Amino acid sequence: MAEGTAKPLPPKRSEFERALPPLGAVGDVARPLSAFERLTSLASARRIFLLLLLAAAWQAYGAWLANPLVFPPFSAVLDALWDSILNRNLLWRAWTSIVVLAKGYVIGVVLALVITALAVSTRVGSDLLSTLTAMFNPLPAIALLPIALLWFGLGETSLVFVLVHSVLWPLALNTHAGFTAVSETLRMAGRNYGLSGVRYVVLILIPAAFPSILAGLKIAWAFAWRTLIAAELVFGVSSRSGGLGWFIFENRNELNIPEVFAGLVMVILIGLAMEGVVFRAIEARTVRLWGMQR
Amino acid sequence: MTPLLDVAGVTLQYKTPEHLVTATYRVDFQVFPSERFVLLGPSGCGKSSLLKAVGGFLTPVEGEIRLSGQGVERPGPDRMMVFQEFDQLPPWKTVKENVMFPLTASGKMRGREAEERARAYIAKVGLERFADVHPHMLSGGMKQRVAIARALAMEPAILLMDEPFAALDALTRRKMQEELLLLWEEARFTVLFVTHSIEEAIIVGSRILVLSPHPGRVKAELDADKFDHRAVGGEDFQRLQSRIHDMLFADRVESHG
Repeated sequence: MAEGTAKPLPPKRSEFERALPPLGAVGDVARPLSAFERLTSLASARRIFLLLLLAAAWQAYGAWLANPLVFPPFSAVLDALWDSILNRNLLWRAWTSIVVLAKGYVIGVVLALVITALAVSTRVGSDLLSTLTAMFNPLPAIALLPIALLWFGLGETSLVFVLVHSVLWPLALNTHAGFTAVSETLRMAGRNYGLSGVRYVVLILIPAAFPSILAGLKIAWAFAWRTLIAAELVFGVSSRSGGLGWFIFENRNELNIPEVFAGLVMVILIGLAMEGVVFRAIEARTVRLWGMQR
Repeated sequence: MTPLLDVAGVTLQYKTPEHLVTATYRVDFQVFPSERFVLLGPSGCGKSSLLKAVGGFLTPVEGEIRLSGQGVERPGPDRMMVFQEFDQLPPWKTVKENVMFPLTASGKMRGREAEERARAYIAKVGLERFADVHPHMLSGGMKQRVAIARALAMEPAILLMDEPFAALDALTRRKMQEELLLLWEEARFTVLFVTHSIEEAIIVGSRILVLSPHPGRVKAELDADKFDHRAVGGEDFQRLQSRIHDMLFADRVESHG
């Protein structure tokens, strides 16, 4: 070894082995969280706080503008909402919309699953699905409404038709993407059990692709909801009781602007409830429980 | 004695977008009941392809694979596979449900009976406390134990293991090898085991088929029944190890020269 240039060798140190100290001396390994820490770790608490903040901003801006015909303050909208629920059957109108939505949504979901199941089992089916989704997914469902009115007349069938269209393609696209992303190992494990055909799709592919399917269900729900409200702006669900969209349209015609906002708030509330309660519950019981999504 | 598994003149090919690759060329071997038969070779010798062919996932272009006299045509639960990848366990099922899944899916058992069987095999691999946990909560070694329990619970004609311990750390791998041998002592199942580790082949296997790469051809079939973990480092063990090493190494020189 060259003198001077070499770095010093590491020092020689003695070895040791020791008995592990008892853990009691460490103290608490886990400490309970304080009430504030718990509250801030609740996603719903944080969201409600944000909503309150937004409502306050609305109220402040409305009061400052002082022109209730253009932008009523939040308190006026709340009053109108309460009044509409009590005296103008707002809840019944929302329910009418939801029932129509549910019909279109369920039919769309079933069709999407059938088409995607066909698409994964045959190559022609796969080509057909990609072509159809490429054609119809960018086409706004509301653009089909005039045709639907021509075919099915003024009424629920036309609405269900455009709803199915708005649900089917985004969901089929997501589900198919989810199916193709299922790992080869998991596929082989499923076939190893002797599964094939429908049982293979139901027992392996659908649960394995569930994160994508759930994302598709959420997108489809949002598409369906906005399509429905937009379609109802054109005409009511039936002659007796229009849905939420019709409620908004009627009140705009009568210049009941707080009621218009009340209708919009109702649309938003239903959207929030669907996302925050229904989809959140599905997530907690499936993809989060399974560790497929954080 | 008749062989349980008879692989005769099997040539396997698969297509990539640009090439038709020959994975193995006219491979013959026979596995007898209760053997721990190891397919050993460097990467590219087609050992995994051979295992998948026995599993029914690949169809030979030439030759025949027979299990108990029956030609292998498609995947089936009489040949349970244990894969290398940890994602072989469906994440939406708990450990217990995972072990029950092939039992019920194949129609072999149902309900309570399947549950009893699953519990028994989960206990065998020492995971009783984790029976109701989802796989994402488990370590890699535990996941592989579940996969082994799942395969053994089916009591298949032959157990197919595709480098099951390759993705584990060295300490866990060694422990798993010991556990597999203990399970074998208990049940004497037949296992076809793929590995690229010479040491693992000698420890786990009772018989070793050495394959050459590009395409896979049979180079030798060796006996390794007397070696387990206690033999590691012993003279006989090292002799066998360097013998196999030379076979594989000689081949590598050939293919490069």
